[in-house]
Amino acid sequence: MSSFAVPPSVGTSVRSGVPAVEVTDLRKEFRRRDKRAGRFARRRMPALQGVSFTMERGECVAILGQNGSGKSTLVRLLSTLLINDGGEAKIFGHDAFRETRAVQRLVNRVSVEASFFKKMSAAENLSYAARFYGMGPAETRVKIPEILERVGFPVDRRGESMENLSRGMQQKVALARALLTSPVLLLLDEPTTGLDPRSKLEVQDFIKAVRVEHDATILLCTHDMLEAESLADRVGLLDRGKLLFLEPVDDVKRRYGVETLEEAFFAATGREYEAEADEDDEIREVFG
Amino acid sequence: MSAVGATVRSELIGLGGIVERNIYLTKRYFLWDLAFMVWTIANTLTIVFIARAVKLPAAQENRLATSLLVGAVIWAFLGIIFEFVTETVAWERWEGTIEYTFMAPLSRSMHLFGMGAFAVLYGLIRATILFFVVAAFIGIHMPNANFGAALALIGIASFSFIGIGMMTSVLPLISPEKGAQLGFVMQGMMLVVSGVYYPVSVMPHWMQAIAKISPATYALRGDRASIVKGAGIAWADVWPLLIIAVVAIPLGLATFKRGERYAKKHGKLKRSG
Repeated sequence: MSSFAVPPSVGTSVRSGVPAVEVTDLRKEFRRRDKRAGRFARRRMPALQGVSFTMERGECVAILGQNGSGKSTLVRLLSTLLINDGGEAKIFGHDAFRETRAVQRLVNRVSVEASFFKKMSAAENLSYAARFYGMGPAETRVKIPEILERVGFPVDRRGESMENLSRGMQQKVALARALLTSPVLLLLDEPTTGLDPRSKLEVQDFIKAVRVEHDATILLCTHDMLEAESLADRVGLLDRGKLLFLEPVDDVKRRYGVETLEEAFFAATGREYEAEADEDDEIREVFG
Repeated sequence: MSAVGATVRSELIGLGGIVERNIYLTKRYFLWDLAFMVWTIANTLTIVFIARAVKLPAAQENRLATSLLVGAVIWAFLGIIFEFVTETVAWERWEGTIEYTFMAPLSRSMHLFGMGAFAVLYGLIRATILFFVVAAFIGIHMPNANFGAALALIGIASFSFIGIGMMTSVLPLISPEKGAQLGFVMQGMMLVVSGVYYPVSVMPHWMQAIAKISPATYALRGDRASIVKGAGIAWADVWPLLIIAVVAIPLGLATFKRGERYAKKHGKLKRSG
């Protein structure tokens, strides 16, 4: 079986005839300290406001947005790490907030931080992650070198501890971890942020290859407009928790009568894309 | 393989994964462990030397030293179990893997039992080394000791300790900054009321009442009887431990699940730093 083939246990959870992702009026808010209103006062900060969209199986959708726009919140909701405050999200027909186990079998993610046990090696980290998905030692002994080779990681370095690997190498191991479990929905949350240009291109090429070789649906959250344009079938813009549009790039440009996505952002929001320094929604969640 | 069989297999592999990961980490942090071991031995010696200071006849001094040693070793063992189970969340948050672990399709009970299983294994090894190193250093004689019974009782008590550890492991989930410390407070409180270095009877009545629901009370009493007097396992120590385990484990799991839901609702299930 190819490293990318969907295992039978996953296949049985994938309902046919339903969208890969179906998000309807999804809402999430966080509370944060409000010093002006008193020492213990809190105020509600909306992170997602009535977001609705669908994704078909095999589709790659990019969600653009600046820091604090709600991208990470959306990814964390779909990966069962957050509970919604309203609306619903379904992954292959499974409710992301009620049928979490079924959803967890179908989804994996790569986030901006590679996030590993730093003293453990790449192979040990991958083994650990794979066990959670029911992959025993005999299976991982074969698959880990295969998948590492596939993502362009030097297999002979799989015994080195993660802290000795470059950021680009670590992100390749993160991709390997996500793909090792053969997810049918891959959530990529700024997977190339902070990478050097070469590593960035390698990761982007790999994402393209995964789409071709693996029957995966990809939701890519990024603030890189060129990346979104080159990888995705449709591009959405999330701004201050609201999804302003989600359509093919050419349709976006046509709708706003502009040449670039950056100009489309300005036309849709009235603000420059780079100028705004909004608060990161992750900071809002930690300290909220 | 049936669907149930496949699920059970998958869960057991997940549990094994937790144990396997902790073995990797223990190997990587071996020098930290060694340093901590030395510190624990030194700390235990400071307690056991008290038996020399009170100037008792030799037999009584040996008996007091053994009793203090059992208390210190159970304290160390319990501390390891609490540390591992309570810091299930804190470690993952520190390493940044918390989101990947909590979005994986492994039941929380297997996750926590995996941590507990490794903690018991690791704790027993450390406690055994600690016991014999300090006993040799001080020169304690234990001609009648029933080590088998003592070990078996610790094994039985471990289930209750894991159950209570599960309850405290929710604290770092709810409060990333203060949760782990609250777990240590809980561990300290439990040992204070359980007669770690003194008989339960010397405490005020209200503390004696609390001692009855602490598994450490029965583990300490039974192990002292086995090591000092060579007694076998007493049913009077076993049945309270079994009842506490039967209550504490489901309660611990339910508490953790509730805490996890709270964390997911308020966005606390995430890495920090």
